[in-house]
Amino acid sequence: MHIAHIVASGMGGIRTAGDLVAWMQITAKMKITEAKQYVADKLGIEIIDLTDEEIMRQIRKERGIGVITSIAGGPKGMRAKLNISELLNIQINSVDLFKSEMGSN
Amino acid sequence: MSAAEVKADILAGTKDAAARAGIPALSADEVQQLSDIIAEPSRVVSVTPGQEVIVTDDGCSMSFYAGQDSGGIGIPMSRLQAILTYERACAADTTSMGHSDYSFKPVKSIINYEMNEYYNASMMTTAPFFYGAQPNLGLYFQPDGPHPNPADLLPRQKIKEAQATQEAAAEQMREDLVFVGKKLSSVGCEGLNFDTCGSAGDADFLAALQAVADLKKATPNMPVIMGASGEFILGMHGELTLNGKQLAGMYPHQQAKVAEAAGVHIFGVAIGTSTTKSVAWNIARTATFVKETVAVAGIPIHVNVGMGVGGVPMMEAPPIDSVTRASKSLVQIGKADGL
Repeated sequence: MHIAHIVASGMGGIRTAGDLVAWMQITAKMKITEAKQYVADKLGIEIIDLTDEEIMRQIRKERGIGVITSIAGGPKGMRAKLNISELLNIQINSVDLFKSEMGSN
Repeated sequence: MSAAEVKADILAGTKDAAARAGIPALSADEVQQLSDIIAEPSRVVSVTPGQEVIVTDDGCSMSFYAGQDSGGIGIPMSRLQAILTYERACAADTTSMGHSDYSFKPVKSIINYEMNEYYNASMMTTAPFFYGAQPNLGLYFQPDGPHPNPADLLPRQKIKEAQATQEAAAEQMREDLVFVGKKLSSVGCEGLNFDTCGSAGDADFLAALQAVADLKKATPNMPVIMGASGEFILGMHGELTLNGKQLAGMYPHQQAKVAEAAGVHIFGVAIGTSTTKSVAWNIARTATFVKETVAVAGIPIHVNVGMGVGGVPMMEAPPIDSVTRASKSLVQIGKADGL
């Protein structure tokens, strides 16, 4: 049933910019419109482009924040989240822990 | 149903919510908009481009490997596989994990196991990754827990004793929520989901709110999502307050404000589905509660839209036409920040 909601109303996760907007909701308590605008501004695109697979795939690849399909050696998981935290200028608990383990925090 | 019957049910549903909570009913334009959504000829409907929202979940990855009692489909896959499948194959905006028992009390005794699972998975997930469980005060009462059961005391008119045992149990539950939260934060937890808060009444809701406040001080970088258990906080205690506000009897727009004050990052409203009413009636009623909650809250509001809540029919496999109509209506009319 979650899939029905994802298809009907969701932003598309890492297929588009859904995860990025979600990060702003959970870290900065932004309402949906504010969160979308924040992410769109950071990416230099319009809000309508946030759910455009063609636009977002290229942006995600260029920014190193992970794409939906599996590319060997491409950033995903923690590597992608490191870049996401810098791109959005947010603190992510797991990223902070990872940095401290690497001695870079 | 005829178009007139659908519209009549929408009007009755929104009036019911408005009368119960003392909030505005849907406007004539919104009633027409909802009527149009219900009447769309397509089986699956969706929001218009640009109006998409964030879809969070309450242990959805568990549905891959769990059984019928959890709405699961019983595929023999690991938790990690399920989490990543949900994130990547389903293109979910967020993902999550939880213990099969899905309550904080049983998690406490296996917390080291859960910390390892969470930490390992968080190295691989890209989208926000939550750990979810229910506060579930009921587990702290006899015979499941140490405290006398208020359901035994209340029928014997032992009101003060029933209140005292709830207060004692709530304090223990609060400590457990904070214990688990701190442990998970120590392994980099990106977000904690307090799911189905208030299921045992106002003492359950209060302890969860207090635990959020405690965690905001102890682990300020770990966001907390709080999901409600119903549209109305049951007054099993009846006299509990937070910041001078009585919790018993709170409707969603009031629940969201106390959650916001406690430090919650996203609040999930839960509106029960009436099984004797139509989908149109239930969606209209839910949208009325949601619209007011979104209007007054300063934090994102996500609507619980699982089986039997948020206008979704109360059944094991809700029809896709009903689910997507609830989905679209709550976003476009209720103005929800997420589902």
